[in-house]
Amino acid sequence: MALTSLTSPLSPETARALRTGDQVLLSGRIVTARDQVHKYLASGGGSPVDLRGLVIYHCGPVTVRQGDTWRVTAAGPTTSMREEPYEARVIQTHHPGAIMGKGGMGEATRAALQSEGCVYLHLTGGAASFIAGRIIAVEEVHLLEFGRPEAMWVLKVEDLPALVTMDAQGRSLHHDIEHASQEILKRLLNTPFSS
Amino acid sequence: MMNEIHLLSSVTELMEKACTMLPDDVHAALSRALETEQEGSIARDTLKTILQSARLSRERGIPLCQDTGVPLIIVRTFPGPAMFAIETAVVEGLRQLTERGILRQNCVDPVTGRNTGDNIGEHVPQIHFLPAREATSIGVMFKGGGSENVSTQYALPHTGLGADRDLDGVRKCVLDAAFQAQGKGCSPGILGICIGGDRASGYLIAKETLFRRLDERNPSPVLAKLEDAIVGQANSLGIGPMGLGGSTTLLGARVASAGRHPACYFVTVSYSCWATRRARIELDEKGRIRRWL
Repeated sequence: MALTSLTSPLSPETARALRTGDQVLLSGRIVTARDQVHKYLASGGGSPVDLRGLVIYHCGPVTVRQGDTWRVTAAGPTTSMREEPYEARVIQTHHPGAIMGKGGMGEATRAALQSEGCVYLHLTGGAASFIAGRIIAVEEVHLLEFGRPEAMWVLKVEDLPALVTMDAQGRSLHHDIEHASQEILKRLLNTPFSS
Repeated sequence: MMNEIHLLSSVTELMEKACTMLPDDVHAALSRALETEQEGSIARDTLKTILQSARLSRERGIPLCQDTGVPLIIVRTFPGPAMFAIETAVVEGLRQLTERGILRQNCVDPVTGRNTGDNIGEHVPQIHFLPAREATSIGVMFKGGGSENVSTQYALPHTGLGADRDLDGVRKCVLDAAFQAQGKGCSPGILGICIGGDRASGYLIAKETLFRRLDERNPSPVLAKLEDAIVGQANSLGIGPMGLGGSTTLLGARVASAGRHPACYFVTVSYSCWATRRARIELDEKGRIRRWL
């Protein structure tokens, strides 16, 4: 499959051109935000970083302080679905270019991606060493009062492979697979097992 | 007599290895799974990334997953003062590994919302001491938050699933748990399952069964058959690695049973992500590692 190069920040037009199933190589500036930051932003808290066009990454990295700077040793995605109550609001208020995490998101986010021109990028959960290898710099850190895993880390990445699993056309691979597997589950529940 | 310095060194090495090295049986299962997924599929690419990342972690001694989880420590030892020394070594080892960036700061005070910063807090770490006549052994498992969130417990009978109080009812609950988890627990996963017990013991026993190797056959032929059925059927759901489709949803299922109250029939499912972090050691009388179990 052809790889598309993608640079963060990205425009809504770039996001709208992406389709579920597209593989991208992401470079540029990304910002981590997980549970506490999402709750904070969705309840009206100001973002210390202008998020317009940026990739918001659901991740709580392992970090080591080195003098005045930081090093990220492991930085895989966390389960995105926990941010479902907040994400649509964050997208509508801050206009990020993409949301990145694992496991996909629900209906409210799917609608917000469509209306605002944004996509959901999927990374392999647990592939923390591999992903950390594509982080070339820690540029800034904000909201450290939420604890290191939950702070907003501004990271520079290069050639990070990701998969578009929810696009701005309203398609979600997660939705499709959940529905297909539900049909199979129904059949399995109706077929008794004999021990 | 256990020596404190030896103990700290042994326990730290145990926890560091558990956190950075994918167990060989899990690695073998992932490698076999890779061969079953189609060339060019998302499932195959995902498994390749997983194996590549696990290799990087092993070679460079960095955490397998950035979510270094919550530790569960099981100690089997002859009751005595060594228990205090082991507890001290575990707490100090956790602090040191957090300081070194091997463990993430994963303990948050739920009342104040503050991260304690060193993986130590109220009721954390959980250290379970069991009496043993023979040599002391220590097992550690670090289980991540995503996999804890999709772990679940059912009370049978369950009308929605049509699950009665029998092994077929157990099968139905477990398949539902695998379906509900989708890719959110980082599939392909391993399910630790406890049939029976109470609300508390069910979760602990289900989690403890995850210490069992994947290539270890269940000594009960009935439960072994149930494990096979669960894995085969879950893999036919099409959820696949990370929930992106494919034929590898589970790497294994480990079933244990526990006596139940006549009124209760619980089925508890503890989901382990593919990045299973577990290791066990046996100590010598000075507290040094005699062997890895």
